[in-house]
Amino acid sequence: MADTGAAIELVDLTKHYPGNPRPSVDGVTMRIRAGETVVFVGPSGCGKSTTLKMINRLIEPSSGSVRINGEDVTGLDPVKLRREIGYAIQSSGLFPHMTVAQNIALVPRLAGWSGRRVRARVTEMLELVGLDPGEFRDRYPRRLSGGQQQRVGVARALAADPPVLLMDEPFGAVDPVTRGHLQDELLRLQRELRKTIVFVTHDIDEAIKLGDRIAVLGERSRIAQFDTPEAILAHPADDFVSAFVGTGAALRRLDLTRLRDLDGTGCPTAHQGEPIQQVRGRLRASAADEMLLLDRRGRPLRWLRREDLAHTEGPLTEAGTPVGGTVTRDATLREALEAVLTDSAGRVAITGPNGVYAGAVHLEGLLDTVRGLLAADRRRAREHQEELEATRPGPTLPEAEEVTAGRVEGDTAGRPEGQAAGRPEGEAAGRPQGQAAGRPEGDAAGRPQGEAAGRPQGGAAGRPAGEATASPAGSGATGIPEADIAEEPEGDAVGSAG
Amino acid sequence: MGFWDYVGSYRERLLFDAYQHASAVLQCVVVATVAGVAIGVLTYRREWAAGLATATTSAVLTVPSLAMIGLLIPVVGLGVAPTVIALTLYGLLPVVRNAIVGLRGVDPALVDAAKGIGMSRARRLLRVELPLAWPPILTGVRVATQMLMGIAAIAAYASGPGLGNEIFRGIASLGSANALNQVLAGTLGIVVLALLFDAGYVLLGRLTIPRGIRG
Repeated sequence: MADTGAAIELVDLTKHYPGNPRPSVDGVTMRIRAGETVVFVGPSGCGKSTTLKMINRLIEPSSGSVRINGEDVTGLDPVKLRREIGYAIQSSGLFPHMTVAQNIALVPRLAGWSGRRVRARVTEMLELVGLDPGEFRDRYPRRLSGGQQQRVGVARALAADPPVLLMDEPFGAVDPVTRGHLQDELLRLQRELRKTIVFVTHDIDEAIKLGDRIAVLGERSRIAQFDTPEAILAHPADDFVSAFVGTGAALRRLDLTRLRDLDGTGCPTAHQGEPIQQVRGRLRASAADEMLLLDRRGRPLRWLRREDLAHTEGPLTEAGTPVGGTVTRDATLREALEAVLTDSAGRVAITGPNGVYAGAVHLEGLLDTVRGLLAADRRRAREHQEELEATRPGPTLPEAEEVTAGRVEGDTAGRPEGQAAGRPEGEAAGRPQGQAAGRPEGDAAGRPQGEAAGRPQGGAAGRPAGEATASPAGSGATGIPEADIAEEPEGDAVGSAG
Repeated sequence: MGFWDYVGSYRERLLFDAYQHASAVLQCVVVATVAGVAIGVLTYRREWAAGLATATTSAVLTVPSLAMIGLLIPVVGLGVAPTVIALTLYGLLPVVRNAIVGLRGVDPALVDAAKGIGMSRARRLLRVELPLAWPPILTGVRVATQMLMGIAAIAAYASGPGLGNEIFRGIASLGSANALNQVLAGTLGIVVLALLFDAGYVLLGRLTIPRGIRG
C-alpha cells in the first residue's frame, strides 16, 4: 500500500450561499501533493470545513474546480466519488445501530467486495488502528471510549483503501490526553500508508504536529499562509497568522525536530578498559573539554573532564562523574533541552537502541542548532511566501479596516519592503517603536537571541537577550518603548527573575 | 346466567369476533404504518410539508369515530370498507408524527457521515435514517394500535367485524338477561387483545431495534 496518495488541486474554489452577499469560501487555489498531510487551520467559521467538504462534494462549489490526480471531479457522480475518498469527522460519526465490524465494512460493501474479503479487511483495519479484532469486532459504538470510537472512525474511512482521506476536526471531541495518542497514531499510520490527507482543525498545535504543510485560512477561507509548520512558526506571513500561531513559536519549533535529524552531535569517547594514556591523548587532541566513557556494550557510563583524567591514577570507571540522564535519538529538541537544562553540567548523552551511545548534546551546541534551524526556516518561509504572493491575485495583506493601530506588531521587519510601505501610515506610527526598530533588517543570522524566544509576543523582540531571559514576566513588558526598558535599573530585571 | 357461564356458552362466537377484531386492527395498523412512514419520509425534510402532514392527520383524529363511520357509510357502504378506512385514517397520526420526529432526530453528523462515505440517498434512508428512527416509529405504531383497538368497536355500527358487535348487541337489548354480559364480554375482550398486542410490541422491539441503540 505504499504511496497510495493522490494529488489534489483546488482551482479558484468558491462557495456562494444564496442570501449571503459575500462568498463563504472565496477563490481558494492550492495544490496538495500526493502522500502529503495538509492541515487547514483557521478560526471558527472561516470556511475551512466548507472548503474540505467541497473536495468530496458534500457541498457543491459555486464555481472553480477540484482535481484529484488531474481529473476534474466536479463532473463525477458524487456518490461514486465519495467512495474513493475517506471521510472521518468529529466524534467519529459511527452508526450506533451497527457493530464496529459493520461500520468498517460499509464502504467495502458499497464497493461490492466479497464477504470474505470484507471480513479480512475489517480484521486488518482494526489491527491497523490498534484495536484487538477479537475484542472489538462485535461491539456497538456506545460501548467504546471516545478514543476507541475515533480509531474505528479512522478505520472506516480507510477501509476501502482510498487514496485521499479527508478529516474534519476528527479529534475535536476527545480529551487532550487521548487526542495526543490519536495524533501520534495518525502520524504512525501516515508513515505507513502515505495517503493524501486533508485535515481540518482550529487547533494550531494539532496542525503543527500533524501537518507536512499547513494552510492558515482567514476569513472566507482565504489562504493567509500555506507552508511547512517550521516556516509558519518562524515566519508568519502577516499579523493574522502570527496572532493565530500565538506565543512561544520558537519553543514550539523545538517539538518539530528530533535529535536523530541533527548531525554533528557527538563528543570524544573512551571505552572501558582502554589505557588511560591513550584516552588522555584523545581528549587532548579534540576541542572538547569532556569525553564519555562507554561500558563494554557501548553504553555511556561516566563523563570524564580533562581535570579528572589528569588527576586520576585508578581505573577510568572511578574517574569523573557518572552519567545521569540520557535522551534517546528519538527525543525532540524540546525534550533534549529539558534534559540539558536539568543536568547540572548542561550536557546529556544521546542513546540509540539498547542504550548504546549515539552522541551527546550540550547547551550551547543545542542553542546554536536551534538558532540555525530557525534561520533556515525563516529563509525558506520568505521564499515560499514570495512565490505564493507572485501567484495570487489581489491584495495579500489584511485590508486596512482589519488592521488596528494599537496592535503589537511582531514581524514587519521580515516582510518585503513593498508590503510594509503599502500599509496605512497611521498604523505604522502607532506601533511601539522598540519592536520595529530593534529588529535587524536582514536575515536571521545576526538576530539577537531574545527575538527567537519572544517572537510572536513581539515584546521581547527588541530587547537584549539577557533581559528577555531574566524576566519571566517578559510579556508584561510588551509594548514598552525601548527607552523605558533601558532606563530600568539592571537590578530590577534580575530581581524579578528571582 | 353468570358472566363466565355466558362466556363459556358463546365461546365460539366470542373467539370469532375477537379474531376478526384483532385481524382488522392489525391489518389497518400495517397499512397505517406503511403509509405513515411513507408520509414521514416524504415530508420530514421540509418544514411546511411536515407541518401540513401533522396538521392534517391531527384534524382527522378530532373527528368523532362514530361520525366518521357514519359519514363513510353513504360513500362506501356498510361492512368492512368503512371500518378499514376509518381505522387506517385514525392510525396515521401517531405514526406520521413519530416518523417525522424520529427522522428529524437522527444526528445530522451521522447523515453527513453516511453521505461522506458514499451512500446514496435511498441507502442512507434505509440503512441509517430509518433504523435510527425506528424506536420512535415503533412507539407511534404501538400507540396507534391501542387507539384502534377501542375505535374498532365502533365499526359494528356500520356492520363491521369485531367485538364491537357484542357490545352493540348488549346495548340494543339493555334490560334483557345477557345484555350486561354481552357488553362486558366485548369490552374485556378488547382489553385483553390490547394487552396481548402490547406484549407483542415489546417482543417486536426486542427483535427489530438493534442492540446498539436499545435504551
